Amino acid sequence: MTAAVTLKDLTMRYGDFTALDGVSLALEAGEFVVLLGPSGCGKSTLLAILGGFVTPTSGRVHIGGRDMAGVAPKDRPTTTMFQDYALFPHMTLVDNVAFGLRMRGMGRRARRARAEELLALVGLEGAGRRHPDALSGGQRQRVALARALAVEPQVLLLDEPLGALDLKLRRQMQDELKAIQRRVGTTFVHVTHDQEEAMAIADRIVLMNAGRIEDEGPAREVYLRPRSLFSAAFMGEVNQIPGQGTGAALDTQLGRLPLAASGPMMLCLRPEAIAAGPVHGAPEAPPAIDLGPARLVEATFFGTHHRAHFAPLAAPDLRLVAHLPQGAAPEPGATARLWARAAVLLPHPAPEPTR
Amino acid sequence: MTRAWHLLGWVYLALAFGFILLPVGVLVLFSFQDGRLPVPPFRGPSLRWYADVLADRRLMAGLGNSLLVASVSATVALGLGFLAAVGLARHRLPGAALLRLVLIAPMTVSYLIIALGLLSLYNRAGVGLSLWTAGVGHVVINLPLCFAILYAAMGPHLRAAERAARDLGAGEAAVLWHVTAPMLAPALLAAWFLAFTFSWDEFIIAFLLTRFDVTLPVEIWSLLRSGISPRANAIGSLVFLVSVVVVMVVQLVALRRTRR
Repeated sequence: MTAAVTLKDLTMRYGDFTALDGVSLALEAGEFVVLLGPSGCGKSTLLAILGGFVTPTSGRVHIGGRDMAGVAPKDRPTTTMFQDYALFPHMTLVDNVAFGLRMRGMGRRARRARAEELLALVGLEGAGRRHPDALSGGQRQRVALARALAVEPQVLLLDEPLGALDLKLRRQMQDELKAIQRRVGTTFVHVTHDQEEAMAIADRIVLMNAGRIEDEGPAREVYLRPRSLFSAAFMGEVNQIPGQGTGAALDTQLGRLPLAASGPMMLCLRPEAIAAGPVHGAPEAPPAIDLGPARLVEATFFGTHHRAHFAPLAAPDLRLVAHLPQGAAPEPGATARLWARAAVLLPHPAPEPTR
Repeated sequence: MTRAWHLLGWVYLALAFGFILLPVGVLVLFSFQDGRLPVPPFRGPSLRWYADVLADRRLMAGLGNSLLVASVSATVALGLGFLAAVGLARHRLPGAALLRLVLIAPMTVSYLIIALGLLSLYNRAGVGLSLWTAGVGHVVINLPLCFAILYAAMGPHLRAAERAARDLGAGEAAVLWHVTAPMLAPALLAAWFLAFTFSWDEFIIAFLLTRFDVTLPVEIWSLLRSGISPRANAIGSLVFLVSVVVVMVVQLVALRRTRR
């Protein structure tokens, strides 16, 4: 089962602190949405409101077209996979997974059979008689997922479920979560502060900051065409060069760049969008932009690339970070001409956010 | 030098334990006295006083009454304490701190005062004294104990599990029955057994609030009024044995819990 979710003007205040500030959002049925943001941005509050654990100060939540005002967690078409898993330690895995079905009055045999199916879905077939104490973190996580899916919720809420796992297991669970979501077709709303995790699993990323939605869209969109400086910096490393638009061009410390802009602007360049070529080599084809010659200050090998720091000759105090190809042999002190193959211009300073 | 200190430590330990346990040891030893007086020199051992005690209908009736009052009052105190702890741990109530204080307060009041208070209340209300009135007194003294133990045992773990149960469709009664009570089982058992021993050993309230049917400590007291005899030692040893068994059960339960 799956359902669309609509949030309208949600505001949540705790005394003087505003956790959510007029958030509106529409989620499609069957979508895998990731709420991303730093701690304290309001993403967990939003999830708790969806689950019915917190009542918003104002605003509306509709799930599958139904107004959720005054509907208790037990009566909502949502289930939550909690950050600490919150498994029942005194029950076997089968009883844990079957708990929701039992509360819905399903017979013992039927619900146990269903629970075994779900344990198989998350890769724990045959482990049904064990207790949560006997499981590793990753296994507990799978049980929590099976338990939440057992009642066939229309929307599954995931509260930083992978936070406690080590990196390798986290990658594996991300792939599995994605595959299981495709299989069951339920709307997933997943909260995390890890932008790589968000990009790995989301159909759509909703980036939040200070109780507001800062940016929103598929991973590619948010990463390559961020709508704000916060978004650009949160999604990954970015070189920021302030400039002044003249209409047809942008004046910066590096000189006049052929970018149509007006007013104060910030030029944002991802490290992997900067290429280094010979100082007097043939120019790269547009839209690549000539950033001028720069001296290599230092470089570190990262496996998939070299991470290099350049000091442009036109602005020796500026540092540009570029990712050079694995096969490059960067020499500190050498001079190269830098080319920006993709650039994003954002107003600077950021205008006041509008609702 | 350290050696001497070490030795001194052991001596101190032996003295402390001797001070605590010697009277009980003497009581138990002279319950096996083969003679009419529980005083040195020790003769025996003999089980005649135990046979005498077990054949005594009044003492055995007192024993039965004590078991009844202890188990019923412990169960009632546990049920009330559990509900109070759940309510105060789970909901934000106005004046919650004050409510907790009032619930714990009877612990600080002497049993004599509690008994006198209840006695005048019963008189005013025209309630005749019986095992029930003493049982109510025992609920009064054990409720704070049960509440305090259970309230302390309700950690964030339990809260999270209850939240998950509600999220999965459990109503409040189902949450209590399927999640809260089973997860608190060790604390519930420990609280019940402690409440049981406190009621089992209690004298003042039982003495002031019973009339015809009395509990074992009251029966023992009337036995002692007719002078000392190894019978009192024998019955005292039996009471002590029951208490030890109960405390050991509590210890095992609590130990199992901490090991988890």
